[in-house]
Amino acid sequence: MIILDGIHRAFQVGDQTVHALNGVSLRIDAGEYVAVMGPSGSGKSTLLNVMGLLDRPTAGTYHLDGHDVTTLSDEQLAATRRDKIGFVFQFFHLVPRLSAAENVELPLMLAGVDPTQRKDRVAKALAGMGLADRADHRPDQLSGGQRQRVAIARATILEPAVILADEPTGNLDQQSGRDVIAIIEELNARGIALVVVTHDSMIAGRARRRIQIVDGNVESDTVRETRES
Amino acid sequence: MRVEDITRYAVGALRGYRTRTLLMLLAMAIGVAAVVVLTSLGEGARRYVTDRFASLGSHLLIVIPGRAETRGGAPATLMGETPRDLTIADAMALLRSPHIRRIAPISLGGAPVSHGSRERDSAIIGTNADFLDIRHWSMAKGQFLPRGDDERAAPVCVIGATVRKELFGVQPALGEWLRIGQHRFRVIGILESEGHSIGVDTEELVMIPVAAAQTIFNNPSLFRIIIEAKSREAIANAKQDILNTISARHQGEKDVTVITQDAVLATFDRIFKALTMTVAGIAAISLAVAGILIMNVMLVAVTQRTSEIGLLKALGAPGRNILALFLSEAILLSSAGALAGMALGQLGSWLVRHFYPEVPAYAPGWAVLAALGIAIITGGVFSILPARRAARLDPVQALSRR
Ligand SMILES: Nc1ncnc2c1ncn2[C@@H]1O[C@H](COP(=O)(O)OP(=O)(O)O)[C@@H](O)[C@H]1O
Ligand SMILES: [Mg+2]
Repeated sequence: MIILDGIHRAFQVGDQTVHALNGVSLRIDAGEYVAVMGPSGSGKSTLLNVMGLLDRPTAGTYHLDGHDVTTLSDEQLAATRRDKIGFVFQFFHLVPRLSAAENVELPLMLAGVDPTQRKDRVAKALAGMGLADRADHRPDQLSGGQRQRVAIARATILEPAVILADEPTGNLDQQSGRDVIAIIEELNARGIALVVVTHDSMIAGRARRRIQIVDGNVESDTVRETRES
Repeated sequence: MRVEDITRYAVGALRGYRTRTLLMLLAMAIGVAAVVVLTSLGEGARRYVTDRFASLGSHLLIVIPGRAETRGGAPATLMGETPRDLTIADAMALLRSPHIRRIAPISLGGAPVSHGSRERDSAIIGTNADFLDIRHWSMAKGQFLPRGDDERAAPVCVIGATVRKELFGVQPALGEWLRIGQHRFRVIGILESEGHSIGVDTEELVMIPVAAAQTIFNNPSLFRIIIEAKSREAIANAKQDILNTISARHQGEKDVTVITQDAVLATFDRIFKALTMTVAGIAAISLAVAGILIMNVMLVAVTQRTSEIGLLKALGAPGRNILALFLSEAILLSSAGALAGMALGQLGSWLVRHFYPEVPAYAPGWAVLAALGIAIITGGVFSILPARRAARLDPVQALSRR
């Protein structure tokens, strides 16, 4: 589904060029569960941003579902993000003045979905996250774990093919972190591909595939033997 | 995105940041209110003055001795040239014109007026019986100056209310004699008070036959001749007749200036319209200032909401949508501000009318519409820059901030 080929991403800082990605080639198939690890500053977030079409690579090609997306226009990129990709961020990024339900409704609104259908879908999504009774709460009235679950409901409401999560538990206590992981693994079980950047080896240990990034390169890419469960 | 969603989202954002919303509303409202109030004042002043001038009479022409230079406008008297006297006989000769209905020659001056031991200085108008009808004045008591030969100086006078009170106190004045300079006059009438008629206060006046006034002032020349044309259409012909008649009587010299009420009215009208436009223009500058304020506040809003913008982009909003969101915010805001300002401005001109009932301070429709239009357009135009900045934000950078 995702095919990266020789992806470079360089930043110009003053008269210095910082190479955040140094020729990354990767292939991620539909429904995969991938943990991305690596030291701070190694390029994990940059990789996720490129995969999520938020950032354009300096060189290399990116095929998403068989289409070359490195040449798309701003408008086409936005539409592709909306239809195929769900983001989960370390800092949740909920709009503070909107209620949980309104935050979850945002992608539907941006996609121009008929308002009469939205309420239902939002209610279902929130209920799926165990937040049915929190629909009218604003983010500042929710705990960290609840906020991240609202964000996940928002990321999945348009049924994306892949969820890109950059340290989704980085800002949560252990228990909430575990809840959040359980929820996104459940999504994975339903067939949504999962790419999770994490420092937590316990979480990484649960993923079937682990990619280690160092200095903008894939240092190791290991697939765990399938254990019978 | 649907239009109603864009609107709802923009309204939500406006309500989410109350202080800045109120500030911008205020800035716009003050600008629009300024335009409405100032133009209503200008328009009120215009109507006040032209109404007053119209109340002088109908289809009036005024003959002034001395020729207005085509360029300067100052009568020749001021240029050192001595014109021929404008006499009562000249005035009467004008009555032969078929376009002229009535004529009132006027001789003007001031003199001490006394009755017994009481004395005051007063403005004296010498004129004839037609004056009353030409000026649409009326009598409180008694008669106006008698009809008859204007060359004859009958010893009668008509006085205003203040003069009456000061000379006679509570005593009856009608039929009594008073002294103007060296001459004695019998009071035959008291003028009705006319409020503020242009130029004169009827309460302070003493009116006597024109010939008597010429004797008192020892001046054979008239101050003015006021003429009423038969109709509005007759004004131009009347003016021509006046010039011809005077020139025939003055050995070919057209040594008088004729001004028509219409021309003066039109001039006043032009001056006050220009004045209104000017104050409207000045007030409109405050709208431009409000526009610049809007731009600044929107720029701050874009900075404040950087991560929200990044999020919307990550969720699939193209730059176009972000642009639409911020533009509608600004336009909604300036429209609301403009409407509030219009209400405020109408209240302001109502207050003006309430405290100065004689000034019909109504803002002209064009000014109100222009103020609304300029406010909304300014709000939109000045928010293009901030909205484009928002639309072009790099989502990665925007999201990297908490
Ligand atoms: N916008 C940017 N401008 C300059 N340098 C950047 C920018 N974004 C990332 N970098 C640099 O690229 C490298 C990789 O960053 P990042 O992908 O955020 O690493 P990680 O997420 O693994 O901590 C770092 O050295 C970082 O300083
Ligand atoms: Mg990172």
